[in-house]
Amino acid sequence: MIDSVVVIVVHLVFALAITPVLIGVMRTVRARLEGRVGGGIVQPWRDVIKLFAKEPLRAPGSSPVLTWAPLLLMASSLVLCALIPLVSTLPLAGVPGELFVVVSVLLLGTVALAMLGLEAGTAFGGMGSSRHMVFTALVEPTVLLSIYALSVPAGTSALAAIVRSRRDDLSSLLNPVSILAIAALIVVVIAETGRLPVDNPATHLELTMVHEAMILESGGRDLGWLEFGSWLRLTALLGLTVNLAVPWAVAGDASWTALLVGVAATTVKLVAAAALLAAVEVFLAKLRLFRVPELLAGSFVLAFLSVSASYLVF
Amino acid sequence: MRLRPVEEFRVERDQLIETVAAQLGLGRRLALVAGTEDGTACRVVYVFLGSAGERAEVSLRVPRDDAWVPSLAGLSYQAGRFERELHDLYGIVAHDHPQPYRLVRHAHWPTGFYPLLDAAVTPSAFDAKVGFPFMEVAGKGVYEIPVGPVHAGLIEPGHFRFSVVGETIVRMYQRLYFVHRGVEKLFIGREVSDGVELAERISGDTAIGHNLAYLMAVEDAVGIEIGPRAALIRALLLELERLYNHIADLGALANDAGFGIANSHAGRLRETLLRHNALLTGHRLLRGALHLGGAELLAEPDLPLVASVAAEVAELAEIATSHSLVANRLNTTAVLPTDQAQRLGVLGYVARGSGVAIDARADQPFVDLGPEFRVVTRLDGDVRARFDVRAEEVAVSAKLVADLAGRIAAAPIEAAKRLPLLTHTVAGLGVVEAWRGTLVHRVEVGPGGVLKRVKVVDPSFLTWPGLPVALNDVIVPDFPLANKSFNCSYAGNDL
Repeated sequence: MIDSVVVIVVHLVFALAITPVLIGVMRTVRARLEGRVGGGIVQPWRDVIKLFAKEPLRAPGSSPVLTWAPLLLMASSLVLCALIPLVSTLPLAGVPGELFVVVSVLLLGTVALAMLGLEAGTAFGGMGSSRHMVFTALVEPTVLLSIYALSVPAGTSALAAIVRSRRDDLSSLLNPVSILAIAALIVVVIAETGRLPVDNPATHLELTMVHEAMILESGGRDLGWLEFGSWLRLTALLGLTVNLAVPWAVAGDASWTALLVGVAATTVKLVAAAALLAAVEVFLAKLRLFRVPELLAGSFVLAFLSVSASYLVF
Repeated sequence: MRLRPVEEFRVERDQLIETVAAQLGLGRRLALVAGTEDGTACRVVYVFLGSAGERAEVSLRVPRDDAWVPSLAGLSYQAGRFERELHDLYGIVAHDHPQPYRLVRHAHWPTGFYPLLDAAVTPSAFDAKVGFPFMEVAGKGVYEIPVGPVHAGLIEPGHFRFSVVGETIVRMYQRLYFVHRGVEKLFIGREVSDGVELAERISGDTAIGHNLAYLMAVEDAVGIEIGPRAALIRALLLELERLYNHIADLGALANDAGFGIANSHAGRLRETLLRHNALLTGHRLLRGALHLGGAELLAEPDLPLVASVAAEVAELAEIATSHSLVANRLNTTAVLPTDQAQRLGVLGYVARGSGVAIDARADQPFVDLGPEFRVVTRLDGDVRARFDVRAEEVAVSAKLVADLAGRIAAAPIEAAKRLPLLTHTVAGLGVVEAWRGTLVHRVEVGPGGVLKRVKVVDPSFLTWPGLPVALNDVIVPDFPLANKSFNCSYAGNDL
């Protein structure tokens, strides 16, 4: 029990500390590759601190959704970070670290965002929410299927146990099941976190926005929660993907040395993955909206093939 | 190169339609309609431009207290828009107009307030309570998206009302004229030399275009003939303005497709040119470079720099259009068919992207641009065509700059011409191919060199109506690309 608490605390502190830096790394990599200086790696931290110091302005007549949706998103993201084996694969006592639980928590944040978009009653919010939900309808099954494929050889649907079994059996990393599932997961991470080519986080064009359109009406602390909550989802999903793809040095228990090694290893992996993601983004443009479902359907097919293969291989 | 003299026609109301039809029948286009007030009468001047330097003016006098003209909207689409503008600013009614709606005036302007009349007094209060009705598209699943006039990015104010089914635009209505500053009124009463600073501020990115059109109109009116060196320098500056603006647009188009790296590099290239501009004229946006009766440069143009920028732009455009995702966004998006482009009378790269070879450098030249000049056209009429036209025009402009610079170096320095003493009112026309398209100024200068009337027609005034037409079957997230590919001026249009 104490061990589980330690692991959860480590996960949360780790996620909270590294997330803005991760975003900063991505922005800086992109800026440098484009020949710009960029705001620096800690700029997202400064932004978040600035936002939290500001009072939120809410439109007259708006309902409590405007207040609780950002909190719900933040809370769901924190739960996600606690449940996903970011640093340690210790099975958490009394908390289900199940695949289905994790996807449901992910969906909770998605729904909170969509509700927020609809709340203000502006055309942009509704537009963003409708696009977001279209993407979600394709993304969530892919997350489920691709991790499910990896759970077959592990014989369990608990995420921690899947990562642990992959770490202990390195031969399971390089087989069609694993490669297809990881490929599907990467597409999903890109779509779920609103990166190119699905959504452009740097755009100022209201009509093309997806994620940004939903949060247009929020400000101050509310916006701070929304930004941080969305970024945490990136950490959680990216962390899960890298730990599934390269599960080395993930702590197996709650001992301080293992946790330290785990934190260091995951930091390196996350920063590398984020930098890679940002570097690839430089060479990408945004897809036409109606081609995004094609991309997501493609990733769903990969996940589906992976599941089929997992029954053939194991 | 001498400009052709203007053919003048004075007509009565019942002869107007016939005369205008004859002008249009000669293949000329209606380029400008200006109202003027002469005491108790109003005068309406219709300016026609041909494609071989022909210029014609048809003028019609109507009494102030019975101010109406027969509508020409049936003959030409542009005429219909000019007439609506005329009504809003002068209160001159176009009889039998098929769309007698307001264009310039917003609903909160007081009734009977026509700002360009001599007697107009700025009302103390604008009644902001009146709404602005839009045509509502009804039907299952149709919803409206209002955008602007304040946008998320740093762009000018315009309100766009989309009626949308799913993501497909059914109808788009644009409401402009949020930046009506009364520019034409501000010109009145100024001395001609003081008009320069105003002209180059009409639309900040078209300082040379507006300034040159204004100066050419004044010089045409008062009979100043500038020397060959000054004409070459003016042509050079016009191309430099085209270069930096086209490069900014190419980058912005790629950026709107999510290809940010192209925009960063376009920004760098534009900055290089702006610094070059500052070296040549003392101002990054080329303000203050032209004056009445002449033009002079502070330094010799750096030709290797311009050539290297043009080469990099060609490479950048190639990288962007050969990127499959970018190409997919640009190709077949927001098509303006050739016949629509002709009928609406759009100008500049929008017309040329739709296969209409209209370019005042060829149609109404004030200087011989030599063998390097050609009018770039594309047939597809989509965003890609407008992108390609710009990219190729950058190459042409760079060659023109090199050619013109060589000829300037060989031309002897000449003294600026002086304004002659004026004893009566004279009128003149200035036609320039600014970077957005053909720009026309018509001025009337009174005794003592005081401006009596300046009418400005920015190409955007005629190009804006093309945008909603091009949005046929376009999805909402592609609108920014379509809009950027038109990149019409708000300030130049709203005046």
